[in-house]
Amino acid sequence: MKHRSEYRNPLLAGAIADRINRISRKPCSFMEFCGGHTLTIARHGIGSMLSERINLLSGPGCPVCVTPMEEVDLMSALAGLPDVIVATYGDMLRVPGSKASLLERRAEGADVRVVYSSYDAVELAMSNPHRQVVFFGIGFETTAPATAAAVLKASSLGLENFSVISAHKTTPPIIAALLSSGEMRLDGLVCPGHVSVITGVAPYRQAAAQGVSCVITGFEPVDILQAVLMLVEQVEQGRSEVEIQYSRTVRDEGNPRALRIMERVFAPVASNWRGIGVVPGSGLEVREQYCAFNARNRFDITLPETDEPAGCICGRILRGAASPADCPLFAGRCTPTSPVGACMVSSEGACQAHFRFRGHARL
Amino acid sequence: MCLGIPGRVDKIEGEMATVEFGGADRQVSLELVPGEVNVGDYVLVHAGFALERIDEDEARETLQMLKEAIGLETSQ
Ligand code: SF4
Repeated sequence: MKHRSEYRNPLLAGAIADRINRISRKPCSFMEFCGGHTLTIARHGIGSMLSERINLLSGPGCPVCVTPMEEVDLMSALAGLPDVIVATYGDMLRVPGSKASLLERRAEGADVRVVYSSYDAVELAMSNPHRQVVFFGIGFETTAPATAAAVLKASSLGLENFSVISAHKTTPPIIAALLSSGEMRLDGLVCPGHVSVITGVAPYRQAAAQGVSCVITGFEPVDILQAVLMLVEQVEQGRSEVEIQYSRTVRDEGNPRALRIMERVFAPVASNWRGIGVVPGSGLEVREQYCAFNARNRFDITLPETDEPAGCICGRILRGAASPADCPLFAGRCTPTSPVGACMVSSEGACQAHFRFRGHARL
Repeated sequence: MCLGIPGRVDKIEGEMATVEFGGADRQVSLELVPGEVNVGDYVLVHAGFALERIDEDEARETLQMLKEAIGLETSQ
């Protein structure tokens, strides 16, 4: 793909930044929803290329960061049961639960396997017919269809030893919740490119109608800078519309095939976001029809409520109300090798991204 | 996990494809892609599933328009 290097071209990036800084008059705040964007912005020092009139804020779009501690505790309790194999994406392994992470559980002898794909978890169930395999489904609209496809596959194979815990979350309800919280004033959203591959433009229409400019954005430095340019143009011209910068992959209507599979298996439910709280309709639960594949039905586990780690301000960071440098534990007691909060665990988490690229971000 | 990666389709067998990511091959499901996928196409892959085809012409056009908008030479 020869255009990839162009989307990383420092000269082009610099020229866009110059243009942005020339045309921007009004001070404005833009939130990047997605952890992948947070990572690109930190890695390439994009904030420092822009005039101080432009404030870039991280949002709640790192799935590892917003998965509440009780879900980790639940998976960890399941992993402790005899004859259960817990299958998870690698990102979740080190997230602290209230007592232990899945990695620590594994060191104690629990059977926790890292899978690349939800189908790997189905295969694990097929090759271990005498054990129960529980797949930990986390992520937004980008990974929820894959979990749904695994449920459909297990169902068509008649597998009795495969089930999922769905900690999946969806984008439109959380955007609505953030915009109505009144905690910060947003002029624009750098909308998540890959979530939008699935959803299309629909989730952002409401935000645009409320006066927030929206640009669906790719993940290279030039993508982000072009999106900021498009946002600044909207703000300066008094427009708030949904535009697609990432048109090489995103279509207006999204991906109807993936949406159909997701809707067939999952129904919306209220969901708890770490540091934000319960947001109505923002989670996905396995529908009644497929309840045999819902590990919440198959295993009877109740857990005590959990508290967030003392001193950690992940919650405010995920809401765009604070930045990692505001946390007294940042880079002191809390580092990627010994994380206190979830935002330091994931490479897409705002705290880890800021920690890793402090002082040496470059294009 | 949320970081989708573009890769090139090298081989297709039914609903599975061999996709090359900068030297490494992976088996990837095509079940979630809405349109037709052919060998040689670039696809966006998340956690073992291709989610969409990447439109190379569109990528080129976006860059061209961007360069015009900021007043850079457009010939490459
Ligand atoms: S630096 Fe650590 S403790 Fe502070 S907000 Fe980030 S993750 Fe939480």
